[in-house]
Amino acid sequence: MDHPVPHLERRFDVELVAATKRYGGVVAVDRVSLRIPRASYCCLLGPSGCGKTSTLRMIAGHETVSDGDILIHDENVTDLAPAERGTAMMFQSYALFPHLSCLDNVAFSLKARGVPKAQRHAKAMEYLALVHMDRLSHRMPAELSGGQQQRVALARALITEPRVLLLDEPLSALDPFLRTRVREELKRLQRELGITFIHVTHSQDEAMALADLMVVMDEGRIRQAAAPREVFERPADSFVAKFIGGHNVLNGPDGLIAVRADRCRLGAPGDQPHIAGRIAAVEYLGTTVRLALTVGDGEGASILLPDELFFANPVQMGEEAVMVWREQDSHPLDLPAAAE
Amino acid sequence: MMVGGARRARDPREKRPWTFYALATLMGAFLLFLYGPMAVIYILSFQGPDGGVTFPMVGFSTTWFEEIWKPGQMANIPVAFWRSVALASIVCGITVVVAVAAGLGFRRRFPGSGVLFYLAVASLVMPSLLVGFGIGLGFRLFDWKPDLFTSALAAQLTWTLPFGLFAMFAVFNRFNRAYEEAATDLGASAFQRLRWVTLPILAPGIIGVAMGAFTLSYDEYARSTLVAGNRNTLPLEIYALISSSTSPTLFAIGTLTTAVSFLVIGGTLLFIRRMQRRRAGAARPA
Repeated sequence: MDHPVPHLERRFDVELVAATKRYGGVVAVDRVSLRIPRASYCCLLGPSGCGKTSTLRMIAGHETVSDGDILIHDENVTDLAPAERGTAMMFQSYALFPHLSCLDNVAFSLKARGVPKAQRHAKAMEYLALVHMDRLSHRMPAELSGGQQQRVALARALITEPRVLLLDEPLSALDPFLRTRVREELKRLQRELGITFIHVTHSQDEAMALADLMVVMDEGRIRQAAAPREVFERPADSFVAKFIGGHNVLNGPDGLIAVRADRCRLGAPGDQPHIAGRIAAVEYLGTTVRLALTVGDGEGASILLPDELFFANPVQMGEEAVMVWREQDSHPLDLPAAAE
Repeated sequence: MMVGGARRARDPREKRPWTFYALATLMGAFLLFLYGPMAVIYILSFQGPDGGVTFPMVGFSTTWFEEIWKPGQMANIPVAFWRSVALASIVCGITVVVAVAAGLGFRRRFPGSGVLFYLAVASLVMPSLLVGFGIGLGFRLFDWKPDLFTSALAAQLTWTLPFGLFAMFAVFNRFNRAYEEAATDLGASAFQRLRWVTLPILAPGIIGVAMGAFTLSYDEYARSTLVAGNRNTLPLEIYALISSSTSPTLFAIGTLTTAVSFLVIGGTLLFIRRMQRRRAGAARPA
């Protein structure tokens, strides 16, 4: 740039400033503030009704913001129409127009802008090629598989050259095998395009696999926003620890603690922290064996043992057992100053 | 035009319970009850030239159909037919425009939407003859001349508009708002969204409503009879003939008008089917 004054480099692609969504008296999104760094893959994760979809729809402009502000590329877009925000949305059911071919679906936004037919079809073919759907450009949406529809929907969103791509549960309609493959493709595409993706999901696996920034939400609030590894190793509270899974939430000497299930072992009560219980279930999962324990007053805990370790010293359902872990593997929860 | 779910084929070795036969008999009786009376008319319309308006059939001929087109007593039938078609077309057009607009409007709650809805329901249960009578009186009050395309049109609309509105509710109920949001997201203006997305997706339902309005108007008697002025619609003309003459020609007219109704309905269904098949349809060459 030949701008004379060295201006501050933009640090965030999307910023939410105390964004709130109320439906009548119900608060769906409660003063959510979030800053999404440039060109990152952000996953909004949470159980249904946690406000993640409402948050996404507010960013898209399909839901008015009751309070607060939304900034995209440092520009306040709170009151702009969806198409003026530089966002594009991929809907949960894809919402491909059933009466238009793939080509016309992808070319739709260009048609709305008055681009002549030949030109818009040529550009649409480019984007169909990007998602490897150029060979099926004349098919109707109903003639495509779920995975193919998903790619057409992606091409239709990308042709608007968005600054931010919004994805509402994009993988939920796909079968498990396809889901993993499409997941890889989404991440690759995000890296290649160098734009921010905001992806709503209720699957922690999906969020862990994809996200640079993982935002765990519950009851309209953000419980934790950090890199997946940070979230997994240091969950902010018991909700996060339970929701992302793989953790035992236990009563420690100074309040609740979280211990990763794969760091727990069977052992004998000694100096190290431990808890006694009974084995409620033994599940063979291939590479690991999961032992479900009933501890204390009906509380559950689980141990993930590598298969070798389990079969070297197998235990049966109903046996008395003691679960042990190392002090450094326990992580305190619900402390007032736990979050960043 | 039903979009059937996966229907399980019956295993031929599976024995049907007795209730199947009982219910099938009941269904058969119901169909006979529905179509029996009209079937009598259709058969008698092919009565031989020397036959009368009752059974038995004396031979078999198309004499009575030919009678319709001959100048004379039946001269008004073709004229009345075209009048009815013209009136039904206008009624159908107005009904569709109003019903689509109302359907779009009723998707969100607005002040008075509940009252408006119940007013529409109420107009459906109003005694039809009295509606016509009221309109006739109103015209007299203002010293207007009742006519086919003014008072009769209005009388028929009191019937087809609420019908069209309810049918349109059903059509809109199945419409996924995400299509419209997607269009908006892709930068379509409100008009482009309506023209390129909402209306094309709803087209099969809208055509269905149009067909319904057309046949309701084409068949209408009670509301039109007091307000049609001096130009009769086809049902009014037929009724006049029934009271003045008795010959199998009446049956022939009945058969013909029914055939027209079925042609309209069948043709529309075929059109909708083709439209839907194109959407779901077989792969077309690129």
